[in-house]
Amino acid sequence: MANDFDVKYVAHLARLSLSAEEETQFGSQLTNILGYIEKLKQLDVSQIEPTAHAVPLVNVFRKDEVRPSLSNEEALRNAPAKANGLFLVPKIVE
Amino acid sequence: MEYEAIIGLETHVQLKTKSKIWCGCANEFGAPPNTNVCPVCLGMPGVLPVANEEALRLTILTGLLLNSTIPRYAKFDRKNYFYPDMPKNYQVTQFDKPSTVGGFVEFEFNGGTSRINLTRAHLEEDVGKNFHFDRNSGVDFNRAGVPLLEIISEPEITSSDMAYEYLNALKDILIYGGVSDCDMEKGMVRCDVNVSIRPKGQKELGKKIEIKNMNSFSGVRNALNYEIPRQIEVLTKGGQHHQETRRWDDVGGITETMRSKEMAHDYRYFPEPDLMPFEPTDAWLAEIKTRVVELPLAKKQRFIKDYQLPPADAQAFVWDVPLGSYFESVAKKSKNPKAVANWVINNLRAKLAENGGSLADLKFKPEHLVELIELVDGKKISSAAAQQVFAEMFTSGEAPALIVEKKGLAQVSDTGAIEKFCDEVIAANPKPSADFKAGNAGALNFLKGQVMKLSKGKANPGVVGEILEKKLKS
Repeated sequence: MANDFDVKYVAHLARLSLSAEEETQFGSQLTNILGYIEKLKQLDVSQIEPTAHAVPLVNVFRKDEVRPSLSNEEALRNAPAKANGLFLVPKIVE
Repeated sequence: MEYEAIIGLETHVQLKTKSKIWCGCANEFGAPPNTNVCPVCLGMPGVLPVANEEALRLTILTGLLLNSTIPRYAKFDRKNYFYPDMPKNYQVTQFDKPSTVGGFVEFEFNGGTSRINLTRAHLEEDVGKNFHFDRNSGVDFNRAGVPLLEIISEPEITSSDMAYEYLNALKDILIYGGVSDCDMEKGMVRCDVNVSIRPKGQKELGKKIEIKNMNSFSGVRNALNYEIPRQIEVLTKGGQHHQETRRWDDVGGITETMRSKEMAHDYRYFPEPDLMPFEPTDAWLAEIKTRVVELPLAKKQRFIKDYQLPPADAQAFVWDVPLGSYFESVAKKSKNPKAVANWVINNLRAKLAENGGSLADLKFKPEHLVELIELVDGKKISSAAAQQVFAEMFTSGEAPALIVEKKGLAQVSDTGAIEKFCDEVIAANPKPSADFKAGNAGALNFLKGQVMKLSKGKANPGVVGEILEKKLKS
């Protein structure tokens, strides 16, 4: 069983802020799920090539041709904030 | 203690395609913000990317130009992180199965040829561009989804100057190969610099410091010129380095610590389920091989060797590809390729610049230039007359021999005729003649000039000098 599941860390990576209760609740739920998946590790897959995709297709391309884009108005229609044709976001601090 | 710097570069280059990598929006710089965008490159739910064939071709072509291995299997992965310039909250890139592996870049450095090995080059999507205002930031997604090749060097670069030359050589190769325009002003090339310091002779690398998002090669050089001594000073004073990301402040001329984007860089890569793996076929690779060109350095070295050109002339032909091709077409027919280079670089290039013409619509034939050089080399016309012939053949396209005859430019080596001119000049210029006799050797040049003028430039200057000297000394 994977009981070392770091729910705080994963929540941070997903930009979720969890209450202490949620941390406990989700922590144990996720630990259970992982435990379930652990069972897969019992399979011997040493002779099997890793699969990148379930569909047996390769080399799916399109030609390098320009197609119409959205207008600026359409592109920004759902933006919570906009100015000068740009999507506005909280100030980025590096 | 003596320290040495170890530098590795990650160079991001925008590929020269018409459309973006996963959608048909234009790959175009300078459009009004958020006008080359669509649901795919805006990362809207439910959309599906489809790979641009040309982006994959250019990636393979780059691999061939950089002497890399082209794996027969490549795939795309999602690199997960949050940043406002990336609407999907993941960047599609190649993680463990990139399109090119290994390879190297060779360039002239410190009077010799240096080689820097490459780790790999992988294809990914560019992100949007941020603008920073007082209270918030703005994002333009026109750049999001532009095909971007990340070329990673091995940590083998040892100085700021070497980094600079490596980058220039890489850029030349990519422009030459038609892979990217590499326009720095338009942000088509960006660079992350990894640099560490270790005591000379030590095997293991020091703590790696990354300087992110450099957008000029001189910036890279300046940043390293600041960062290397800074790191050495920290170590000399007994301090230690931590792995960190720094930013170059071009105005202040310093690097400074950046607040890290993520507590830990945990990108949780996984295969991109919306894109199929890529398995280049023999036919596909063969087609791309036809696009491989001679590399700039190889071309320069070949021009120096095959045509005995001075390095500066060879370099001029490397920079100006059409001019170089023209030179070669003429030089192959000539016994004096060095002279061909002189005419092409000093005269033809100037004439074209003056008249705004192009090499494609030159009036005269390559054979005419060959003939002109033969006339000079055979002392049939003087170099001054050759200039006139060239000007005339540039305008009219007539054969040099015809022009020489029409304008009466044939060089006079007939001593009888020249002696007559010399006598006239000596008689008309008693003072310079006396000066020369009195030991002022410079006076001879004046007299020579007068004879040339009298002969309308047709007299053989060597013969004129001999005769004048003979007459004045007797």
